[in-house]
Amino acid sequence: MTERPVLSVRDLEVEFPTRRGVLKAIDRISFDIARGEVLGVVGESGAGKSLTGAAIIGLLEPPGRIAGGEIRLDGERIDNLPREAMRHIRGRRIGMIFQDPLTSLNPLYRVSEQLVETIRTHTDLDARRARERALALLTEVGIPAPEQRLDAYPHQFSGGMRQRVVIALALAAEPELIIADEPTTALDVSVQAQIIALLKKVCRQHHAAVMLITHDMGVIAETADRVAVMYAGRIAEIGPVRDVVARPRHPYAKGLMGAIPTLATDAPRLMQIPGAMPRLNAIPAGCAFNPRCAAVFDRCRRERPEPVAIGASEVACFLADAGGGR
Amino acid sequence: MLAFILRRVAEAAIVLVVVALLAFLLFRFVGDPINQMVGQDVSIAEREALRAQLGLNDPLIVQLGRFLWNALQLDFGISYRFRQPVMELIGGRFPATFELAMMASVFALAVGIPLGVYTGIHRESLLSRFFLGVSLIGISLPTFLIGILLIYLFAVKLQWLPSYGRGATVDLGFWKTGLLTAAGLKALILPAITLGLFQLTLIARLVRSEMLEVLRTDFIKFARARGLTDRAIHFGHALKNTLVPVITIIGLQIGSIIAFAVVTETVFQWPGMGLLFISAVQNADIPIMAAYLLLVAAIFVTINLVVDLLYVIVDPRIRVAGGAKA
Repeated sequence: MTERPVLSVRDLEVEFPTRRGVLKAIDRISFDIARGEVLGVVGESGAGKSLTGAAIIGLLEPPGRIAGGEIRLDGERIDNLPREAMRHIRGRRIGMIFQDPLTSLNPLYRVSEQLVETIRTHTDLDARRARERALALLTEVGIPAPEQRLDAYPHQFSGGMRQRVVIALALAAEPELIIADEPTTALDVSVQAQIIALLKKVCRQHHAAVMLITHDMGVIAETADRVAVMYAGRIAEIGPVRDVVARPRHPYAKGLMGAIPTLATDAPRLMQIPGAMPRLNAIPAGCAFNPRCAAVFDRCRRERPEPVAIGASEVACFLADAGGGR
Repeated sequence: MLAFILRRVAEAAIVLVVVALLAFLLFRFVGDPINQMVGQDVSIAEREALRAQLGLNDPLIVQLGRFLWNALQLDFGISYRFRQPVMELIGGRFPATFELAMMASVFALAVGIPLGVYTGIHRESLLSRFFLGVSLIGISLPTFLIGILLIYLFAVKLQWLPSYGRGATVDLGFWKTGLLTAAGLKALILPAITLGLFQLTLIARLVRSEMLEVLRTDFIKFARARGLTDRAIHFGHALKNTLVPVITIIGLQIGSIIAFAVVTETVFQWPGMGLLFISAVQNADIPIMAAYLLLVAAIFVTINLVVDLLYVIVDPRIRVAGGAKA
């Protein structure tokens, strides 16, 4: 990568101190997002996808905290910034979209008020200009009759329309990076595709990179340039979406892809991975996936595999070179 | 919107009629008023004459009709004890109670809301814990004890403030106010604190718990992710969302402050309706009790009406429910 990545995460660790000891929820993950790139982040619930997003934008819920590593935005470290400096980055340089559009908007304020408030927090526009910009944003995210809808309240919009408003809000101050945390999970299947297409379109137009957190592999396959597969707070495999989806190397990634039904193959049963992801207080030594892995051998139980580069991908498996076991 | 108001007014009227029926029943079942009015040495013939003069021998339905008709014209008859029109007695004392209740409410709101917001935001801070501890005292100490403690401290020991009465009042013709003289204001301080302290702690605790609730919501998270200032988040987005339950409670509490200032008025010998009511109870002075009952009901009903209207102003979602679909 010749150009400097817009986001660079190195050895990030997030932990939760509890009475029974410190739980490591994110354990030394590293990845980059290039300018304008869409990075998909997939994994089971509890794998640490959302926490990674929250850590990047500086909104970890206490007592969760960043315990190590660094996060750089456009080369500049942001994980240790003071509160107020970090606030200026949120919304202005990193936008965020949450899962549930029904609850992301304040029910007591008009859409226009929420947009103008965000725009004026981060720019010098006066009230009239900010309103014009709010209108332009609503038009851009495809709200029909935006002049009339601008002063409506959130409850007067449908779920899909609200998520469009949320996208407009996230884009309001032209951030370089958008973290979309399961932006379509709470939506009707019929509007999911529209929202994803819209997100991709407007982010391209605004030259914003996207970190797309989801567990919908279909969305990833269609939208992402690269994909990171997370398991138990670690990245199992990261690489170009084509490689990871079509030729996964990490046994967990293989299991994940094998569990997706397709029309092409008429397998009688979907493949499934035996067992469940370990809880944070019971992550095994060595490779976190070793108790469920079919190709496990001694070393996996002693030593944590570091990511190794294979083609354009990085895979955290001792057998990655050999094709990840079987 | 108009339909909404009319419906609420109609409901209010029904409540008042029901209360009027109850008030009327007082006349029938609480002792024999003649015994209260005359001495032991009055002959039976004279008693009967008085009974006839007061219309107590008429059929029940006639008495009820007369009572309702008179009540509609704010005529509640003559006090058995004071031999004065009840409305005159109550009208003369209402300003004292009203001013006391208003000062107590202003005190409770002006201190209680900021305190609730502060302890809601900084829930772990030492100051918050201190406030919460102190507020427990405010909730658990009985009003008369607080009054007596305040009198002991500020009137007896420090001699800063008077311990009883209204101080100097100014007669505006229809309204005797203590708000226009220094002595009147000073006399108001201790009773207002005594009466408002419980409400203050109640409001502070309510606002706090509502704030804690609201601060966990997605739209607050999203507001943070948009980089809004803490001020805008706490006072704009969060506090406004706590208002609906807070207004409900405050409305009810203001009603009860006016209605049940009895204890405080007794402790401070405050010449208000509470004292009048106490003496009416002691003397079975039914016209005063009936009028007081209706007055209190009218106050509660009016406040509830105002609260309903405030909901509509605060929460746009209720506007739609009210029939004014946007």
